[in-house]
Amino acid sequence: MSFEIILFVLISLAAVTSAALMILQRNPVKSVLLLIVNFFCLAILYLLLSAQFIAIIQIIVYAGAIMVLFLFVIMLLNLGDEKLLAEENIYKKRIAYILGTALLIEIFAGFGLPFMMSDIMVNPRAADIGTIQTIGRSLFREYLLPFEITSILLLAAMVGVIILAKKKFQ
Amino acid sequence: MSISNIPIPYYLALSAVLFTIGMVGVLTRRNVIVVFMCIELMLNSVNLTLVAFSAFHGNTTGQILVFFVMAVAAAEASVGLAIIITLFRNSRTVNIDEFNIMKW
Repeated sequence: MSFEIILFVLISLAAVTSAALMILQRNPVKSVLLLIVNFFCLAILYLLLSAQFIAIIQIIVYAGAIMVLFLFVIMLLNLGDEKLLAEENIYKKRIAYILGTALLIEIFAGFGLPFMMSDIMVNPRAADIGTIQTIGRSLFREYLLPFEITSILLLAAMVGVIILAKKKFQ
Repeated sequence: MSISNIPIPYYLALSAVLFTIGMVGVLTRRNVIVVFMCIELMLNSVNLTLVAFSAFHGNTTGQILVFFVMAVAAAEASVGLAIIITLFRNSRTVNIDEFNIMKW
């Protein structure tokens, strides 16, 4: 057992626990905070995979920008306890858990036991592909057109949000 | 930076578990904002798969795709939350079972 394996196990336990608590939590603000914990765990896993740029972007964009947006909306709507919402539908919940277990079994069956037990390692070339330099070179050469289209997508989202939030539709 | 010695299937297993948790959350929760957060969780688990495969193949394609997924997720979150605010203004609730204005 090396140091990295122990770190991986601890971080993945934290990620799974925070995700499970997030969907069991009744208070939406606590759900948001647990999801942020989960995003930080994923950022550490990206660092273990030597994807530094993605790890930083994960913290800045996801944990920083998107989750703050969620918190703002929750505070704006002034939501209370979810118990105040409609009555529990116990059958729906049970079916959801059965479907979830079925999906998990299906995914692991799809991988197959020999693959899960194999120790396919990280490619040695992967050491320096996660840097901003490599990602940026790839982004502005092979993927220049998708990058520019992304800016149009963000502009469209911005305009759409302003129009949606401004008008009072009846 | 040195290479870690964690097998790739470990990352895939973790990603599968996180995706399943997100799906169960989408099916069980009634607060539309929490359902939205579960979708973000599912997107993130797929991102973990993409980064793991990128490290496995030793090229940047997977990480570039994660970059675009994040851009799309940001756009999707902002538009979705604006729609939720408009729905709340209209019906004073965030219960997903009560939204049936698209039904005909």
